[in-house]
Amino acid sequence: MNTMPNHTPTTARTGGILIENLRKVYGQGDTAVEALKDVNLQVSPGEVVGLVGPSGSGKSTLLKCLGAIIEPTSGRMTLGDDLIYDNAWKVRDLRTLRRDRIGFVFQAPYLIPFLDVTDNVALLPMLAGLPNAKARERALELLTALDVQHRAKAQPSQLSGGEQQRVSIARALANRPPVILADEPTAPLDSERALAVMRILNQMAQQAQTAIIVVTHDEKIIPTFKRIYHIRDGHTVEEAGEGRALD
Amino acid sequence: MISLAGRDIAHSWSKFVLTGMGLGLLIGVTLTMAGVYRGMVDDAHALLNNSGADLWVVQKDTQGPYAESSSLKDDVVRGVRGMPGVAQAANVTYFTMQVQGADGGDTRAMVVGVESGQSGEPGYLVAGRQLTRSHYEAVADVKTGFALGERIRIRRHDYTVVGLTQRMVSSGGDPMVFIALKDAQEAQFLKDNDAIQNDRTRTSANPAFNRPGVPGLLDAVQALQTSSHSVNAVLVQLAPGFGPDQVAEPIRRWKHLQVFTRAGMEEILVAKLIATSAKQIGMFLVILAVVSAAIVAFIIYTMTLGKIREIAVLKLIGTRNLTIASMILQQALGLGLIGFIVGKVAATMWAPVFPKFVLLLPQDAVTGLLVTLVICALASTLAIRTALKVDPAAAIG
Repeated sequence: MNTMPNHTPTTARTGGILIENLRKVYGQGDTAVEALKDVNLQVSPGEVVGLVGPSGSGKSTLLKCLGAIIEPTSGRMTLGDDLIYDNAWKVRDLRTLRRDRIGFVFQAPYLIPFLDVTDNVALLPMLAGLPNAKARERALELLTALDVQHRAKAQPSQLSGGEQQRVSIARALANRPPVILADEPTAPLDSERALAVMRILNQMAQQAQTAIIVVTHDEKIIPTFKRIYHIRDGHTVEEAGEGRALD
Repeated sequence: MISLAGRDIAHSWSKFVLTGMGLGLLIGVTLTMAGVYRGMVDDAHALLNNSGADLWVVQKDTQGPYAESSSLKDDVVRGVRGMPGVAQAANVTYFTMQVQGADGGDTRAMVVGVESGQSGEPGYLVAGRQLTRSHYEAVADVKTGFALGERIRIRRHDYTVVGLTQRMVSSGGDPMVFIALKDAQEAQFLKDNDAIQNDRTRTSANPAFNRPGVPGLLDAVQALQTSSHSVNAVLVQLAPGFGPDQVAEPIRRWKHLQVFTRAGMEEILVAKLIATSAKQIGMFLVILAVVSAAIVAFIIYTMTLGKIREIAVLKLIGTRNLTIASMILQQALGLGLIGFIVGKVAATMWAPVFPKFVLLLPQDAVTGLLVTLVICALASTLAIRTALKVDPAAAIG
């Protein structure tokens, strides 16, 4: 794996994410369902933590709240130095927040099929207003760092599953977000490739000082986390992980 | 920013091209329908231009000679020639019939009886010469398929084609065959032998015509019945310095005839004679536009449904709704553009094969393009609405 390009952040950030007393209630009155009851979570820059829990425990709801896709009912969320939610959104433009400050890695890579690998990665910086040439330059740096630069001109359908996942990680990093949310990123991969993805995420977290939250059921990768948040019945419980070496 | 629509079209170009070709054939039919209407109007104008007349004098209270039947005695022309402002006046007859060619096959044609060197004669020839003999010569439009020197049959007589002309058609698009006025009068009103014999028997049985004390009366009546001195119209050319209405009014007043100016005849031919056909074509155009819109809407909607996950991802990573809407709109417009090009090429290729004149005007093509793009834009709104409703959370599951 190559070294992550040394990016200079556009704004001074200490990075990381802090969640305090987060609640999310769906519906009202008798039909109300409290999906998140009292969630507390902190991830420092450069850290990769696991978020595990059984189905229906509230993992997806928490991920959507963290990703500014749905609005929590109450609580506080701080992204880097900025308080983004305090019982109400403190940021007017959630779309821009998602684009510039949160990276997403999905269970399936969900690359845009009609864009080549470079443009899949360069799309986010382009959407953020970076000129096409500079956006592609940045994309190539990330693809090189993730060792898929030789597939830069390929279409997503021409890549293997592992390559597609690496490209999706490059896309998540393209706007240099302080936080990456990874939703079951290793689910469709075998052990070797799953560990390879975790290795990449850890390296990227270290090099870009990004806080990464990995939502997973995958027994293969759970031992690799140093810290794990278990979510049960809408509550989070922090545990120390094995922190098994990935090298 | 890269063009997402352009990349998507380039990525699945075969799907777009095939869909565009299907749509294009529909657009081609639409353009052809418009061309058929234009052709009908042009045929009407050609008919008026080819007659070389400024005024049409016809039977009173009729809208002849093209829209209604009109019958005048052939000596009316002399009186018309004497009216102020009339430079030239000529009798003319029109009737549509099946003209038999040398090979025995027949062609539907409008037979025009003209006086040599007068109004009504074909303005120009592409081959051969004008009529010079009093009988049994014909000048035919090339669309009849008759050749120079060919013997054609009109009623009971054979005619030799001595000249060929072009774009001489009736308002219904039937090609014209010009023959001498006397021949035409005979052909138009001539009855078959049985009918003549029956008429003679009927007349001789009538005591009013067969009076023992009046010798020669029966013969005179029978001679009158078998001769024809009727024409359908008198074509008038104006003398310099006279306006059409200025000349028409005295003829109406003093000759008790109906007179149409060029504007009046255009009104009859374009607004009345082909009005029903125009409405019919208009209905077809509306239906075709609705069908095209439905097809584009369905295709774009289906394509959008196939990209719901990608759209969710795009929205999740911060793509603006405007960018997504623009992508779908551009694809719809791209599809319309491909369809229009295919349709225009198809209509241009198949128009000459049509039996009736199909006139494809550039301004109709421009209007067609604009209407296609507007229809595509409107049709894409359904898909855009669906795309904008996609929840970014759908990318997470």
